[in-house]
Amino acid sequence: MSAAVEPPAIELVDIDKRFGPVRANDRVNLSVARGTVHGIVGENGAGKSTLMSILYGFYEADGGEIRVDGTPARIRSPADAIRLGIGMVHQHFMLVDSLSVVENVMLGAEGGALLDRGLARARAELDRLAADHGLAVDVDARVGDLPVGLQQRVEILKALYRGADVLILDEPTAVLTPPEAKALFGLLRTLREAGKTVLLITHKLEEIMAVTDRVSVMRRGQMVATLDTAATSPPELAELMVGRKVLLRVDKRPLAAGEPRLAVENLSVVDERDCLRVAEVSFTVRAGEIVGIAGVAGNGQSELMEAIAGMRRPTLGTIALDGTVLTREAHTPHNLRRLGLLHVPEDRLRTGLVPAFPAYESAALGFTDDPAYGRGLLLERGRMIAHLADRMAAYDVRPPDPLLKTSKFSGGNQQKIVLAREIERAPKVLIVGQPTRGVDIGAIEFIHRRLIALRDAGVAVLLVSVELEEIMSLADRILVMCGGRITGERRPEATDERDLGLLMAGVEGRA
Amino acid sequence: MSTPIDLPRWADVILVPALSVAAAFAVAGLVVAGIGEDPFTATRLLIAGSLGSVEGVGFTLYYTTNFIFTGLAVALAYHAGLFNIGGEGQATVAGIGAALVCLYADFLPGVLLIPAGILGAAAFGALWGFVPGYLQARRGSHIVITTIMFNFLAATLIVYLVVNVIGERGVTETRAFARHAVIPYVHEALRALGIAAPTSPLNFTFLLALAAAAGVWALVYRSRLGYAIRTVGANPSAAVYAGISPARMIMVAMTLSGALAGGLAVNELMGVQHRLLLEFTSGYGFVGIAVALMGRAHPAGVIFAALLFGVLYQGGAELAFDMPAITRDMVVVIGGVIVLFAGALEGLFRRLAARLVALGTGFVAARRVRTAEEG
Repeated sequence: MSAAVEPPAIELVDIDKRFGPVRANDRVNLSVARGTVHGIVGENGAGKSTLMSILYGFYEADGGEIRVDGTPARIRSPADAIRLGIGMVHQHFMLVDSLSVVENVMLGAEGGALLDRGLARARAELDRLAADHGLAVDVDARVGDLPVGLQQRVEILKALYRGADVLILDEPTAVLTPPEAKALFGLLRTLREAGKTVLLITHKLEEIMAVTDRVSVMRRGQMVATLDTAATSPPELAELMVGRKVLLRVDKRPLAAGEPRLAVENLSVVDERDCLRVAEVSFTVRAGEIVGIAGVAGNGQSELMEAIAGMRRPTLGTIALDGTVLTREAHTPHNLRRLGLLHVPEDRLRTGLVPAFPAYESAALGFTDDPAYGRGLLLERGRMIAHLADRMAAYDVRPPDPLLKTSKFSGGNQQKIVLAREIERAPKVLIVGQPTRGVDIGAIEFIHRRLIALRDAGVAVLLVSVELEEIMSLADRILVMCGGRITGERRPEATDERDLGLLMAGVEGRA
Repeated sequence: MSTPIDLPRWADVILVPALSVAAAFAVAGLVVAGIGEDPFTATRLLIAGSLGSVEGVGFTLYYTTNFIFTGLAVALAYHAGLFNIGGEGQATVAGIGAALVCLYADFLPGVLLIPAGILGAAAFGALWGFVPGYLQARRGSHIVITTIMFNFLAATLIVYLVVNVIGERGVTETRAFARHAVIPYVHEALRALGIAAPTSPLNFTFLLALAAAAGVWALVYRSRLGYAIRTVGANPSAAVYAGISPARMIMVAMTLSGALAGGLAVNELMGVQHRLLLEFTSGYGFVGIAVALMGRAHPAGVIFAALLFGVLYQGGAELAFDMPAITRDMVVVIGGVIVLFAGALEGLFRRLAARLVALGTGFVAARRVRTAEEG
């Protein structure tokens, strides 16, 4: 084949990138042939987005080389990347809602102080692109009025208008409905026919199987495999994504589950845009049991947790604590805390803490009505500080300085502050989201041991995590969520990553 | 992307504002030199006019009183993440409240009438703050827009009331308040104690302003309510998580903010004018924005910034008198430049301050090494 002599469109050699102590890309190699659709899969935090950001010039690699069409290239900004014919479609669109399609497309490439020449050129070019690739869009429509699928098409047009030969798509289907996703895949195939090269980042295995020619798997910053799509299968990819390495099993006593503490019945939740995020979910968590919810991020877990914790109104369904169904009035964060349902939110900086506050104030979030913090209207600073100082010692928070600004602590220590705050209030039910996201290994072990200790003490724990390993080692029962539904329930001893990976991808597993 | 510059606390609180003020004075000095006057003489006159005599100090502190109230009003709302630029309107409506009490409840003895007048001002100001707060919290109408509109509404309302309802025939003011509705002047109190003091508009509302600053400090930094307000301002989704209702806190903060702006009406009407008249707010409400920005929304900072603007107002009036080429407008220019440097261009001086701090610590470290080597 002639492809063997032609240099690859993109070649990444030994790319290294560190963020502080985290090695986001560890000597990554990737070669993408011209005129192919190349998929890159991996779990959250595997380094896919970092790698693409380096290719598109958002970050500069600490080491390694980028070759475009066989020529070494230095890409220090997106402008460099565009000049080399690399375009990117971001997960969150970079469009101006109030401008028309043609205005958006020419934005940043207006070609002079007066718009009419640029406009005419953009129109002609858009017509040509529409004819060549079947990329028809009403060029005068206001972008804000277009459905999401068409907005994405505008993003693609923008990249092509700037002369992109290589198109990077970052999780393009995350915001699309299934028919829109299908249309996108059709479009990607047409682009491939026209000789364009497409890099598709995703964690959905069925998309890889549907549209790519080759697929590369990343795990923990490393490139673990590159395969021909035709010669692989979703189970094999799932295995590669998660890794075969021996699980860090935590010592647990055998399950001694008691009364049901938390019962969720037919719960449905819609988001701000009226999209159904949780669909008729039912489960119970009993005292002394950890129920894990596994799933790829963005499949309704966040909304489920927020709904249970009273931060979001469910559209349908009921939530019962200790056998009592919560009325609308009783279902507030404040009242739930009083009833013993505590919540470690999945995003500690956005929700669980106030980064601008000193640590002792963040450590009181949600509990400022505690008389231990002072009587009457005033909070006693000395007591709050002393209280946190005690917990910092017990949880080994470093530095043990209650006056330090919350944002100055490392992720692991921030997480310990949140955990200490919630666990210390003797919960009956604890909802924990992503307890070890962005947390160093030592702290992970500590946090896992704390959660097990709570379970052994009879607390009902609902653990939501995108880390399969964490779910496998902690949970007594595993529920898998995909597309807002629970697609399966497993016992950890009777399942494996492949099985769970398929459920996470929405592929019907064994009964 | 720029990262916020972290500075030691002392630099944050003292060095950065000091650099801003110095730069503002330098620019203002250039303007003064530009119109052919000597900037150093002008500065001397400014300082002497505001702080060089007991009378000058009296006037300066009277202005300071106004600025403390309006600065606190802006600062408190700022802690809830709100930009309340409706101090003018809130103070205007508060003036109506104070006047209604002082004019129609003057059967009360002074010990009750004065507190009642103050409460009337606070309640009316609070109402004028609450409505935009409600519209922001429940309807999503932007607070900046609504408070501007409410300034116009207040200005129109007071004209209607004073001209058509409660005013004296033929003039745009009400009859004078009863003697016992008046907050005493400081110079009168001093004279009663046998101390000779020149006449100035400084009255005991000044102490009320200091007490309000202490109260705001305790509220914001020490109370449960203040914690909730700050949480809403700093991280609304954390507030929802904690069970704090952002909508409620927005309304509470705007209500309190409006009540604080009412202090301006107490000082001007019950302390100095002793009647309700049009346009008594004279732009003090807007200066409060600058005061709060410069004071970094901290009550102590607000007091110092209010004092600085008091000096500018009083010294500027003297300056305009002694150097006719410098009109009062020039003083407004200086104030504007300070606002520009202290508020809008603060980042500029943070970088400079960071460099100075680094230089300073480097110097200290080098000296320590040298001493160690010598020793």
